[in-house]
Amino acid sequence: MAEYQNIFTRVQVSAPHYPGVPHNPRGVWVRGVKASANYWLGKIGDAQIGPFYLGSTGVASILCFIIAFEIVGLNMLASVNWNPLQFIRQLFWLALEPPAPQYGLRLPPLSNGGWHLMAGFFLTMSVLLWWVRTYNLARKLKMGTHTAWAFASAIFLFLVLGFIRPVMMGSWSEAVPYGIFAHLDWTAAFSLRYGNLLYNPFHALSIVFLYGSVLLFAMHAGTIMAVSRFGGEREVEQVLDRGTASERAALFWRWTMGFNATMESVHRWAWWFAVLCTLTGGIGILLTGTVVDNWYLWAVKHGVAPSYPTTFEPVPDPALTSGVAQ
Amino acid sequence: MKMNIRLLAILVTLSVLGGCGERPPIQTEQLGYRGTGMEENSNPRLLQKVVAANQLGTIQPPADTSGPLAKDIYQNVQVLSDLSIGEFTRVMLSMTDWVTPAQQKNCTYCHNAENYADEGKYTYQVARSMLRMTRDINTNWKDHVKDTGVTCHTCHRGGPVPSAVWFTDPGAGRENSFVGTRAGQNSAITGLGITTIGHSSLPYDPYSAYLLGDSPIRVEGSTALPNGNRASIKQAEWTYSLMVHMSNSLGVNCTYCHNTRAWSSWEQSRPQRAVAWYGIRMARSLNNGYLVPLTDVFPKHRKGPLGDVAKINCETCHQGAYKPYFGESMAKAYPELQGSKPVAAEAPASVESPAVAAPASAKSSALAPVVAPRVGPATVAAAGAQRSSSGGGR
Repeated sequence: MAEYQNIFTRVQVSAPHYPGVPHNPRGVWVRGVKASANYWLGKIGDAQIGPFYLGSTGVASILCFIIAFEIVGLNMLASVNWNPLQFIRQLFWLALEPPAPQYGLRLPPLSNGGWHLMAGFFLTMSVLLWWVRTYNLARKLKMGTHTAWAFASAIFLFLVLGFIRPVMMGSWSEAVPYGIFAHLDWTAAFSLRYGNLLYNPFHALSIVFLYGSVLLFAMHAGTIMAVSRFGGEREVEQVLDRGTASERAALFWRWTMGFNATMESVHRWAWWFAVLCTLTGGIGILLTGTVVDNWYLWAVKHGVAPSYPTTFEPVPDPALTSGVAQ
Repeated sequence: MKMNIRLLAILVTLSVLGGCGERPPIQTEQLGYRGTGMEENSNPRLLQKVVAANQLGTIQPPADTSGPLAKDIYQNVQVLSDLSIGEFTRVMLSMTDWVTPAQQKNCTYCHNAENYADEGKYTYQVARSMLRMTRDINTNWKDHVKDTGVTCHTCHRGGPVPSAVWFTDPGAGRENSFVGTRAGQNSAITGLGITTIGHSSLPYDPYSAYLLGDSPIRVEGSTALPNGNRASIKQAEWTYSLMVHMSNSLGVNCTYCHNTRAWSSWEQSRPQRAVAWYGIRMARSLNNGYLVPLTDVFPKHRKGPLGDVAKINCETCHQGAYKPYFGESMAKAYPELQGSKPVAAEAPASVESPAVAAPASAKSSALAPVVAPRVGPATVAAAGAQRSSSGGGR
């Protein structure tokens, strides 16, 4: 047990591979299927690799992802005239741009955003098929489908950015480019165009849940590792039978802030924070341009944005006042 | 072992910080109300280079203004016709010093030694147009140059071609390709082989759109709720690119002009923003009024890959400083370049200075008469198409 008092896994159990839970005859697991073990993987998790189960949705999802990945990658490679060195050198800059605004929701030529639409289609298919797979695997194992619904929340944000909002705005050009710097520049331009996204309350909520998730993760993981010397990592049993580990952990947090989550509820907290991060973020994006055009002015209108004293004499807009020959 | 880990941690931290590219010290100056983040960052170590690049040029001793007019002594004096022979000679000497190349620091870079009135050399014709331009700036663009004014040296700094000029970007040659088009952005190096604006993946030729053409710069919504503003996010990227160019050229942050919580708000912007607003119009007007008309005058080796003439942007004068020479004025020592003297009657209403002749108007659209035909047709048209926000009914 003493070996567990470290932030890294120090103990590796070397045992016969476990094939999985009991299953019905038409189940997915085949007992005796060959699995392998990897010592280095055991450093960060379970050393056993496999058995895998891809299934038809998994295979289709991977195929769709490869197609999307290739469309984006080959367009990037083509944009540096198929020069592999330039491809590596400029990789962070390269991107596949969405169609130009004048095409609206029509199908643009391949060279002017058509590839982007195609990559978007296959990437979306890939993600949706992977969701189906996530759902099915959970069902096959008689688990709840919490993972699938958490994943669905992230997919919602992805769909809002690349599909739902562009459709509502009437233009594919509103979608995000596929590229590393390009999508960051897009994000900045999005905020510039719509009057500062920081005044978007759903953006604020999303940040709360993002940082909140990180905080909860650190609090929970820290707590469990801290009481692992008392068997604290057996969390599921302690939901019903607290034991000294969870009592100490609970007391620690009550001493700290007068309140503690339970061995069960802390996972609900974490799940909701993660799910709400992308859900509120997606709502914030969806409202931008469709319902609100300038978030700063919206915040002023609703008394959210304070006004500061000026420390300099402001000048009027020269476009309204400029006179001679200019 | 522990020491090693600690050493490794320090090395990793240093290398991560080193990756940020700028070694301290960073100095911060507050520009606006506390808490608004309106501050100017500068690094004295890096500033030294900018200071070195912004030293005043040679100023000739003042000339006798009482002598006979140069136009009565010399032939073919068209622009400086109001100057005395002494003032005229002073300007010529100064130009030799400011503009001619190091290996030919004499009159013959522009003049035919046999006949100084000969218009044969292209440099002669360019210089004449540039003199008109200088006087135009000092007379009609005081909204931007104030009383500081400009001389030839403001841009040229001792060489025939200013260190920062731009040509319309030819693109990577894939504009009409089936695959791998860039839409004028997403590249570390431009079609001209220079690094992109601010090392970003933003559109890399905002000059053709805004400092030659007059594409709309303002993209932000002016009302809280949608009110017909169809500017696209792509268009915002083009504006962003222009703004990064201005920031780089002047060596200042966004907050030098803007309160970044409300970019478009003039009430919260520093007065410098209005100066910059005129600067954009000035660069556009000068490009169209003086440089583009010289396209056929310049030899091929002075032109860009699309056959367009070298043009100016903010960096051409500013050279990394918020004001050229950090606000010191050379032009004050050169009343000859002010154009303040009563212009001689025979000064022709030349095609090179339409900005002067443009009618008064309250709108920037007064620039319409001086907007020249698009220079790099394919690229600019493509860029224009990218920026257009008119497509697609909502």
